[in-house]
Amino acid sequence: MIEARQVSVAINRKPILRDLDIQAPPGQLTAIVGPNGSGKSTLVKALSGDLAYDGQITINGGDLAAMRPAQAALWRAVLPQSTTMSFPFTVGEVVRLGMTGGRSGALLGAQDDLPARALDKVDLSGFSGRLYQELSGGEQQRVQLARVLCQVWAPVLEGRPRYLLLDEPVSSLDIKHQLIVMKIAREFTARGGGVVAVLHDLNLSAAYADRMIVMRKGRIAAAGSPGQIMESRLLSDVFECPLDVGALPPATIPFVLPQAAASS
Amino acid sequence: MSALAMILADSAAAREGDRSARGRLAILALSALLLAVAAVSVATGASDASVLGVLKALAGLSEPNALSVRDRLIVLEIRAPRIVLGALVGAALAVSGALMQGLFRNPLADPGIVGVSAGAGLGAITFIVLGGTVLAPVTALFGIYALPMAAFLGGLVSTLALYRIATRRGQTSVATMLLAGIALGALANAMSGVLIYHADDRQLRDLTFWSLGSLGGSTWAKVAAAGPIIVVALAATPFLSRGLNALALGEASARHLGISVQAVKNVAIVAVAAATGAAVAVSGGIGFVGIVVPHLLRLIIGPDHRYLLPASALLGASLLLLADAVSRTIVAPAELPIGIVTAFFGAPFFLWVLLRRRGLLDL
Repeated sequence: MIEARQVSVAINRKPILRDLDIQAPPGQLTAIVGPNGSGKSTLVKALSGDLAYDGQITINGGDLAAMRPAQAALWRAVLPQSTTMSFPFTVGEVVRLGMTGGRSGALLGAQDDLPARALDKVDLSGFSGRLYQELSGGEQQRVQLARVLCQVWAPVLEGRPRYLLLDEPVSSLDIKHQLIVMKIAREFTARGGGVVAVLHDLNLSAAYADRMIVMRKGRIAAAGSPGQIMESRLLSDVFECPLDVGALPPATIPFVLPQAAASS
Repeated sequence: MSALAMILADSAAAREGDRSARGRLAILALSALLLAVAAVSVATGASDASVLGVLKALAGLSEPNALSVRDRLIVLEIRAPRIVLGALVGAALAVSGALMQGLFRNPLADPGIVGVSAGAGLGAITFIVLGGTVLAPVTALFGIYALPMAAFLGGLVSTLALYRIATRRGQTSVATMLLAGIALGALANAMSGVLIYHADDRQLRDLTFWSLGSLGGSTWAKVAAAGPIIVVALAATPFLSRGLNALALGEASARHLGISVQAVKNVAIVAVAAATGAAVAVSGGIGFVGIVVPHLLRLIIGPDHRYLLPASALLGASLLLLADAVSRTIVAPAELPIGIVTAFFGAPFFLWVLLRRRGLLDL
């Protein structure tokens, strides 16, 4: 379990997160949604250990603040919104960086084909020799996801769950690859790991998440199952625009629904 | 598997685009290149001293005579220390460049360009001018290591200042880094100027030649003073390559991968300051090695620091020996300061890199 207790974050003395209590249990996909500037990314940064915070964050009961980077790296991997590489690394080299970490690297040392399998998962097989800098934004995002998957390839290690923290993992992806990425996240939870993902697409969250946490102005406005959260008044209120939640949209507006979502 | 079989396997893999195989082959080839360049260097010079004769005499195969004694002096006391020092300085400068570029996540970072060499120079000049008077106790305490230590301190202060100024929240701004480097370099040079103003005639002559960069006057004493510092700095680099590779993703992502980013930064900064400081102390301002060498190598073997750092050391050593050969022969029997030679080749190269990357930089 990743757990935040009474976590507050201030940047340049401006409070961004106030007294958050969050639980992200293993086996579940926890989606964080909310309007721009509500503190979603800051929350992921705090959970990743990138920001100083008040309160306590624990991973599997261990205090994050007291963990060395190599320890934390064993139990969770973090996908940032976007990553620019400063030198001309190939896709294969970038993915292999996921096996950098001390012990997780050693544990994976024998599995030399891991980068190729990870690239296969994100629908980039055959890209290994291409230069990362020459890929499109969406392809780069998937390469980074493959790297992150390499870091925590087994969702459970020594009987303890591992976690993926994903900051807008589908923001630059086309619809096919949005679904692929969400399926990878689901598979990770199905095999015992935990996933925390910042998502903009409410429908995607509702289709794939076990729990949704709605943020507003640095606080939790609501948390619960998609059925509890996907509620017209709540969402209209939080996003400050009139929203209708229905089983299907009105017949006058054309719509596309991913079949995978409907069947899952 | 025999060494030859490994080489064959690597060359097959390299042809298929495996850049780590290419990296291993490059290190092998560059080692051979360095040996060849060193051999040619020791055999050529303004004097016609015969290396073969000296080797024979050393091995006791020929009777020593007046001529061979002179040759022996030239080869063993003039050329050999110069080649060893040149190789050490070249390796130190090239590796410092590669380390700084990895640390700043930018291929334009170089100790000479961003003021670190100027800082090391200030340290060295302070010692040259004040070492006999105000700093006499320091001289007494550290002996031959006092000068490289002074340069190391100067380089360390400028590297730390530069990093503090150019990096905010783990992000390094290229423009800030280059501009801050200019300012820090100018400040160090101004302070050096004040010291030079107070130098006496003998010190002035030393300083002028030194500031142009030269391997002239290399002695085994200089090798003994700078060598251990450079070797220790180079020996630290294998421990940095994993961290520097991860840093290419950014500081936060490197930490997420389990890298102790602060430790990598600290070691890299001290290694850069030590290598640059020791190199500057014994050879003055030799520029552009740190930018040319890693850049060329990245084009061939890619940016993986596990191969880039050792390859940079080898190619840097070879190129500096070649530049030194040019500097010794082009106006023989006089010699051109080697810093002028490296600048002639390096400055246009730097401009070429800038032009190629113009679209990628926010300058």
